[in-house]
Amino acid sequence: MTDDLLAVAVAVAGSARNGEQVDVMMSRGRSTSVKVFGGEVESFTSAQSSGVGVRVILDGRVGFAHAGSLDADVVAEVLRDARDNVQFSQFDEWVGLAEPDGVDHVAHLQWNDDLVSMDPAAKIAAAIDLERRTCGLDPRVTGVRTAAWSDGAGEVAYASSEGIAVLDRGTSCSIGVQPLARDGDETQIGSAGDAARSAGALDPERVARDAVERATRLLGGAKPASGRLAIVLEPRLVGSLLGLVSGMLDGDSVLKGRSPFAGRVGEKIASPLLSVADDPTRSESLGAESWDGEGLACRRNPLISGGVLDGFLHNSYTARRSATSSTGSAMRGPRSLPGVGARVLVMEPGERSFEQLVESVDLGLFVGSFAGLHSGVNPVSGDFSVGVDGVMIRGGSLAEAVREATIASTLQRLLLDVVEIGGDAEWLPSGDYLASMVVGDIALSGA
Amino acid sequence: MPDLIDSETLQRVLGAALSTGAEWAEVFAEDRRSTGAVLDDGKVEELTSGRDRGAGIRVVVGDSTGFAHTSDLSEAALLETARIAAQAARGAGEAGRTVQLRAGESTLRPVGIYPDDIGKARKVELLTLADQAARTAGSGITQVTARYSDSRRRIQVANSEGIVVGDDQVRTLLSVSCVATGDTGMQTGRESVGHTIGFELFDRYDVEDLAATAAQRALTKLAARPAPSGQMTVVIGSGGGGVMFHEACGHGLEADLVEKGASVFAGRLGELVASPLVTLVDDGTLGGEWGNFGIDDEGHVAQRNVLIEDGVLVDYMWDGLRARKEGRTSSGNGRRQSYQHLPMVRMTNTYLLGGSDSPEDIIADTDSGVYIAHLGGGQVNTATGDFVFGMTEAYLIEGGRITEPLREGNLIGNGPAVLGNIDAVGNDFAMGPPGTCGKDGQGVPVGDGVPTLRVHGLTIGGTAA
Repeated sequence: MTDDLLAVAVAVAGSARNGEQVDVMMSRGRSTSVKVFGGEVESFTSAQSSGVGVRVILDGRVGFAHAGSLDADVVAEVLRDARDNVQFSQFDEWVGLAEPDGVDHVAHLQWNDDLVSMDPAAKIAAAIDLERRTCGLDPRVTGVRTAAWSDGAGEVAYASSEGIAVLDRGTSCSIGVQPLARDGDETQIGSAGDAARSAGALDPERVARDAVERATRLLGGAKPASGRLAIVLEPRLVGSLLGLVSGMLDGDSVLKGRSPFAGRVGEKIASPLLSVADDPTRSESLGAESWDGEGLACRRNPLISGGVLDGFLHNSYTARRSATSSTGSAMRGPRSLPGVGARVLVMEPGERSFEQLVESVDLGLFVGSFAGLHSGVNPVSGDFSVGVDGVMIRGGSLAEAVREATIASTLQRLLLDVVEIGGDAEWLPSGDYLASMVVGDIALSGA
Repeated sequence: MPDLIDSETLQRVLGAALSTGAEWAEVFAEDRRSTGAVLDDGKVEELTSGRDRGAGIRVVVGDSTGFAHTSDLSEAALLETARIAAQAARGAGEAGRTVQLRAGESTLRPVGIYPDDIGKARKVELLTLADQAARTAGSGITQVTARYSDSRRRIQVANSEGIVVGDDQVRTLLSVSCVATGDTGMQTGRESVGHTIGFELFDRYDVEDLAATAAQRALTKLAARPAPSGQMTVVIGSGGGGVMFHEACGHGLEADLVEKGASVFAGRLGELVASPLVTLVDDGTLGGEWGNFGIDDEGHVAQRNVLIEDGVLVDYMWDGLRARKEGRTSSGNGRRQSYQHLPMVRMTNTYLLGGSDSPEDIIADTDSGVYIAHLGGGQVNTATGDFVFGMTEAYLIEGGRITEPLREGNLIGNGPAVLGNIDAVGNDFAMGPPGTCGKDGQGVPVGDGVPTLRVHGLTIGGTAA
């Protein structure tokens, strides 16, 4: 394997024949993950992985191939496969690679040498420390399902026959724990994690505290009565919800008649309290990126401002077909062709604290977790029905725990029913910057 | 089939893996080729070829596992990878043991038609047929996506017990998703078929029928009303999907979760955990089903395992690691997504055996409730047993008759409670569509099946009062 990933990618892209366009994405990385249980290492994984994806476009047709190796003979086979595959796709006048658009990228410092050279013993110690902290916080915690450390360092090169050649590299690390809390015959499981660019930026004390609280607060929970109420969502659950919404704002869904928001730019689609942008230029975010999956600069794209739909996200294909410009939102890895998506959701926070949000709710549910987001949410119809557990809010105070319930609405309705956004916005391990949220008038199904 | 790695090399690599005194070591090699084609918006958008090859090396000392993997199958790379794994799991045993390998039991089954022997043009043509059939099913159909994929996964497993064994797993899949548009907005319908067989899949199934079914599901839902909210009686249709059992108890019977007390079924062997009508089987041998294989990803021959018999919990599912600890044999449930992953306890094809009731009688005998013809995915919290699963095609039951279609949603229930509340099991068993089961970030192909059955006390997550 050669040292200069970008040079290899450029050479492959440069092998485009007359009339062909070729682009190449190559990645390689190293990672470790440690799982501990009962103060002992359960598994220690050292991983090296690499990938290459080659796309060939000829006369409006696309061929693609990928492999999990950067060996020269494998890369040559991949190029040959991609070229052969071209003849089997159908002509599409809008197909093509991205043209350089002159937009400057924002550079992010995402590499940490200390993390790369970190002693394996220190990684094991970090996971054991997290397990020990977690088990020491509450006598009802009987142990963990697992406590884990993981870290990775990787680089991705993208080159195209249209003259784009970019390289991104970064390191990251994360910790996570799933404590089991027991009371009588009942067991509850909680989970929490943190992620950062360097080991020193992780907060194991908060992870342990959050995980234990999420497990113990559900003990004694029962099935609630069915009815309509408000829900209060923590920032990480707001992220789950807005992630679904941003998926409905991608140019591909709009073009292909799969987005209920098609044709609604400039219209009110949400509560005036809601303003959200996709902004991968924010270096504070773990999701910050300089270039999109077609080598164009990532940029800030407002999605919803004061409840009004600003626009859709595009890659170069959806932009060309919609007679607009790419928003730098191509998403892909070496194994896939470019899709469209949001990278870093940044929300305009409100004023009041999380406690004040709860105090303002007469009858509601403080949601602990969602279950079945993949099986109960349809991004085409907008139908939304998910399993929940959490703690009831009665007269502005947290009351009894509930489980085995669902909440249901539609995503379109949920956006309009946002009642308040908290002032507690924070950068999440997911890379998003989000605050707590209160949504009114949801159907709760229980007994 | 040529070996991915020859036996002499495997013996030397296992020697390196045991060089730090570990008790047990394994080399898992994999070569995977895949083809995928997507038709969307009336056009074949892409044809993709994929190739992945590599080996993962596992070294076990007591309860600790060291693991490393490489995409390079040269002896030098394998030896280096073995040393990295061995560094992560240092033992007190005799260093540098040598391993003599002998061929283990395998059950290689003949593949009818290797998908690689079929021209790409023929694969793409299936998608065009599906698109046309879906669009002619009704003027309300406004979008169609059809996907074809095939894969050939050759694996080889050698371990320090001296076993070397291989498998050749060929899977073929086709799915059709439709959008229907009407006065009430958009609705979707999907149908898929997938088996652990070759291109002869399309001798068994008619692509145009599949597409018409997907289209009809979407069109039907245009007239659907909001699903009810609250606890109701539910009838699940034959072959609609055994996802309910996969979630309600399947995951909770995985020995790795049981061992850690993270399952409501821990410590309940020999007890009545379900209605006496329930006999649940996990079966990796079932003729060509999606979750099948010859050997699992630890080299154990696929087995048929009865988990619950007449309501009594008979056994959990086991992988090699957990089985060795308990001094028993693996049940052939050690699976992994790829050579880059550690194996763990996973289901194969999980199904409820048929009973004696006629499906018509079960519905006629239900005064009010919901009939679910087709289930979506699901999720479970194994510690509490609370689980959800989606309904993608469902109807109201009123006065013993199936009436109006319902919009999509999740149902929620508690595994042990729901299993006890099954009061009718039909005589019309059928397998459901192919699925992918996710656990700790790894996806593996699984199958499921059920006869028509009735269960009380599930909560429907709709919006209607």
